[in-house]
Amino acid sequence: MWKIIVRRFILMIPQLFVLSLLVFFLAKFMPGDPFTGLITPQTDPARLEELSEKAGLNDPWPVQYVRWIGNALQGEFGISYTFKRDVAELIGERALNTFWLSLLSVILLYTIAIPLGILAGRYHNSRLDKTIILYSFITYAIPTFVLSLLFLYLFGYKLEWFPTSGSVDIEYSSGTIQYYWSKLHHILLPTITYAILGTTGIIQFLRSEIIDAKAMDYVRTARSKGIPIKKVYTKHIFRNSLLPIAAFLGFTITGLLGGSIFIETIFGYPGMGQLFISSIASRDYSVITALVMLYGFLTLLGSLLSDIIMSIVDPRIRIE
Amino acid sequence: MVAKRKRKKYKNSPPTGLQVIFREFLKDRVAFFSFVSLVVVIIGVFLWSYLFIDQEALMRINLQDRYSEPGEKFLFGADQGGKDILGQIIVGAKNSIFIAISITIITGVFGVIVGLICGYFGGWIDNLFMRLIDFFITIPSLMLIIVFVTVVPKYTVASFIFIMSMFLWTGTARLVRSKTLTESRRDYVLASKTLGTNDFVIMFKGILPNLSSIIIVELTLNFAGNVGIETGLSYLGFGLPMSTPSLGTLVSYANNPLVLQQYWWVWLPASLFILFMMLAINYVGQALRRSADAKQRLG
Repeated sequence: MWKIIVRRFILMIPQLFVLSLLVFFLAKFMPGDPFTGLITPQTDPARLEELSEKAGLNDPWPVQYVRWIGNALQGEFGISYTFKRDVAELIGERALNTFWLSLLSVILLYTIAIPLGILAGRYHNSRLDKTIILYSFITYAIPTFVLSLLFLYLFGYKLEWFPTSGSVDIEYSSGTIQYYWSKLHHILLPTITYAILGTTGIIQFLRSEIIDAKAMDYVRTARSKGIPIKKVYTKHIFRNSLLPIAAFLGFTITGLLGGSIFIETIFGYPGMGQLFISSIASRDYSVITALVMLYGFLTLLGSLLSDIIMSIVDPRIRIE
Repeated sequence: MVAKRKRKKYKNSPPTGLQVIFREFLKDRVAFFSFVSLVVVIIGVFLWSYLFIDQEALMRINLQDRYSEPGEKFLFGADQGGKDILGQIIVGAKNSIFIAISITIITGVFGVIVGLICGYFGGWIDNLFMRLIDFFITIPSLMLIIVFVTVVPKYTVASFIFIMSMFLWTGTARLVRSKTLTESRRDYVLASKTLGTNDFVIMFKGILPNLSSIIIVELTLNFAGNVGIETGLSYLGFGLPMSTPSLGTLVSYANNPLVLQQYWWVWLPASLFILFMMLAINYVGQALRRSADAKQRLG
């Protein structure tokens, strides 16, 4: 087991290396340099030259690349010039918000998708099944930003059930019950949107899994032993069909990361996706490179997680 | 006519190709309706925007009509620059559809060629492309597309299509590769090889027609996906250049809370139009997928 995990980790290294090269060169092409925020009309060009000499911007690019990657490995991504803060610290703060949003979304997503998938599979071809299929089709087809905007308009502005931006009301101090309630209240609408958009894959997978299981030998055996149909579903089929769903977790996380850019921007939720868009707008390239690398790493981690869960759940696919 | 007479002669011969698709659409009324309305909308949008809309006049700012309500001067009202919403939707839809089709064709052709070559020959070339595709799948492509869009100097519609295509060819390539892999072990391919047929002739005249139904399904679903990505990026402000009207740009006016709340006619019609396009294309895609797979057919 550990061998596989270690091997997968080693396989990640070349991919991260190529991604880092790509990001490095893109950053080189971006307009501006790390001193853009420091320059004032009084700055002496000679002093600027000295600064870039000192920061190593005049070195050949392999030297610069090695230094950049060395710093990145130690968690040093430089200073964000729009926020005038350490990039790692800034991202760390935003990452926590994104983490809570993703965690709640995943929980909600599974609580919606699993019952729907089971019902659709169990009552295959019924009216209920057709309704669930229609629901999963619509949520699959609708673009993230359209659904988010419609929800924001309807639930945020028209019905005023949820706040329309931010992650917490500023009037509450940290630690009180109101503070946490307000946090939850802010996070709820983006979470629901997220969860609804992500259910399709799990519903359809679970549904076809259960339909297939109905014809399996073990189900026939259980039935002929005289176990009531209800129990066959809850005990036998459910367990067997649910296991592969666990493996979806990694892909779900990957999907959520991509969606976070839209969702956080629309709901004004201060997470990493929103930070990315605002950094692009202000050409804050130390933040951009750090975020792209982090997202790349997390995406790889997500697919790794899926593979690991899959090999725990299903011993047949363990790669040697 | 010939086909009809043949079918009468051999009553039990199974329906093939287009007949299967036609029967599937007849059976599924929603898919049929989606298909017809899509064709009508696409042709209508192109004709209307080329024949009746003067883009320069459309994009001219006229502050007198700022946020004029629907029906006041324009059928769908006007935006903050006093520009006709309906006209912008038509031209925006034309641009979005055109771009989505271009990306679908470029990625489709590239993906099919790469997939066929990799699946047929295998070996080092397959290995090389598979590693490349693995890499593309694991990178945060949406972010990189945005970064590319901001880095490229003299940004145009063509460069946008190019950047998007660069990241979106991998899905088709993977699918075609795996299908080619199984197809190239079939007897007809082996027989053709023994007869000394040129490899490329086998690939494009022998294998490709057998994959056509899968490729058509893939391209249709890709088309829907591309409409979604293009409008999404334009919504974020990293899609079409600002001077080109786009559905995404129209929706992005809703980022202003005032517009979102009070001037719903600015963003809602464009959002609903995108929604309609996505649902219709995907529905047609699903029906095509069913007709490509004999087990799932309704008709």
